[in-house]
Amino acid sequence: MIEIENVRKSFGPLEVLKGINLTVQKGEVLTVIGGSGSGKSTLLTCINGLEPIDSGRIVVDGIEVHAKTTDLNKLRRKIGIVFQQWNAFPHLTVIENVMLAQVKVLKRSKAEAEAEAVRQLKHVGLSDKLNVYPSRLSGGQQQRMAIARALGMSPDYMLFDEVTSALDPQLVGEVLDTLRMLASEGMTMICVTHEMKFAREVSDRVAFFDKGVMAEIAPPEELFGAPKDPELRKFLAATH
Amino acid sequence: MFNYNFRWGQALNSLPQMLEGALVTMEIAILSMAVGIVVAIVLTVFRLSGRRLLAAVATTWVEIARNTPALFQIYMVHFGLGSFGIHLSPYLSLLIGITFNNAGYLAENFRGALKAIPDTQARAARSLGMSAGQAFGSVVMPQMLRISFLPMTNQMVWAILMTSLGAVVAMNTDLYGVTSELNARTFRTFEFFAMAAVIFYLITKVITLTARLLAARLFRY
Repeated sequence: MIEIENVRKSFGPLEVLKGINLTVQKGEVLTVIGGSGSGKSTLLTCINGLEPIDSGRIVVDGIEVHAKTTDLNKLRRKIGIVFQQWNAFPHLTVIENVMLAQVKVLKRSKAEAEAEAVRQLKHVGLSDKLNVYPSRLSGGQQQRMAIARALGMSPDYMLFDEVTSALDPQLVGEVLDTLRMLASEGMTMICVTHEMKFAREVSDRVAFFDKGVMAEIAPPEELFGAPKDPELRKFLAATH
Repeated sequence: MFNYNFRWGQALNSLPQMLEGALVTMEIAILSMAVGIVVAIVLTVFRLSGRRLLAAVATTWVEIARNTPALFQIYMVHFGLGSFGIHLSPYLSLLIGITFNNAGYLAENFRGALKAIPDTQARAARSLGMSAGQAFGSVVMPQMLRISFLPMTNQMVWAILMTSLGAVVAMNTDLYGVTSELNARTFRTFEFFAMAAVIFYLITKVITLTARLLAARLFRY
C-alpha cells in the first residue's frame, strides 16, 4: 500500500505539490491526468525518493520513504519506475540492460539474472532482440526494454511517468498494450499519462491534478462521465 | 659548405641498443597511462563527490598538470623532492612525472566526457536500486571511458614523446637516453637522432592504429 499524506514540495519559489493526500491499494491501477506543470510527474519521483519532499509523508508498505533511516536503495527494489525518456544504457545489450541491476543490487547469479531477463523480455515482446544494442531499437522497443528492466527487479509497485509522451504516434500502441497486460496481471501501478482512452480502459481510479492540487479522484466512468471539477471539465473538453 | 659525410653504418650497428631503449620508453608510457587512467578516475570521483577538500585536491592537480611544462613536473619529482631528502631514481622520477601529467589531462578529458552523458542515465540506474557508486561504475564510467577513448590515445602518444624529457633527470636507458649517449660517444648526431625519430614515429603510429582497431572491437554500439 502506498500512503501519501499531505505532501508538499517546492522547486524554489514554485510550489508544485500543495498538500497531496492519496492512498493506493495493492493491486490497484491508478492513472493520473492533468496539464503539464500540475505536479503529477513530481509526485512519482517523490514516491521512490528520487526527489525530497518539504513536508508531509509518503509511506510504502509501512516504510516512510523520506525518513533519514530509510535505505532508499533497498526501498527502490520494491518500486519500479519508467520515465518518459527510456534511458536505455547504450553500452549494454538489451539483455545486459535487464540483467545489470539484478546482479548488482539483488545479487542474483548471472544465470538467474539471465533467465529472468529472458522471461521479462519475452513478456514485453522483445525475445528476438536480446543481444542487440539499444541504438538498434525503435523508441517503442527501447521503452518496452525499460519496462522489462524495471520488472526484472520483481517490484511490488510500478510507476509510469508519461511513458508514451516521447514516442512517435505509431509506437504508442505497443507500449500501452504492454501496460494493459501488466494491469490485467494484477500489478499495482500508478500511471501518469496523457492517453485518455487508455486511462478510461485500465484504471480502477483516475486522479486529476491541477496546479499542484489533486482536484478530483474517482473511478473512470464517473470521472470521465460526470466530472465535477470545473478545471477538469475544461481539461477534458480540450483533450477530446 | 655542405660537406658532412653521412655514415649510417655505426647508427645501424647500434640499432639493437636503441630498440632496447625503445622498449623502456614503451614500458614507461604504458605504466604511466595505466596508473594515470586509474588516478584520473579517482580525481573525477573526487570532483563529483561534492566534498570541497577532495574537489580542491583534484582541481589543483589538474590545474598544475595542464598549465605548467611537463619538463618542470618531471624535474620537480626528481630534484624538487630531492631537496626534502626524497631521492628517486631517474626511471622512477620520469615515470611519476609523466603519470602526474597524464592523470591531469585525462581527468579533464573525463570531465568533458561526463558532460555528454545525460543525468538521466545515473537517475535511471539509481531508480533500479543501484547505489551512487554502482551507478557510476556500471553505467556512467563505461560511457565516459568510451567517449574519452580518442583523447586517451592522444595522451598515450604524448606519453611516448614525453619520455624524452628524461633528459633533465639524466635518464639514460630509454630511447632518448640511449641515443644521446651514443651521440656523445660518436658525434654522428644526425644519423642517431634521425633513427631515433623514425623509431618514435613508428611506435606512435602503431599505437594509433592499434587504438583504432581496438575501438572497432570494443565499441560495437
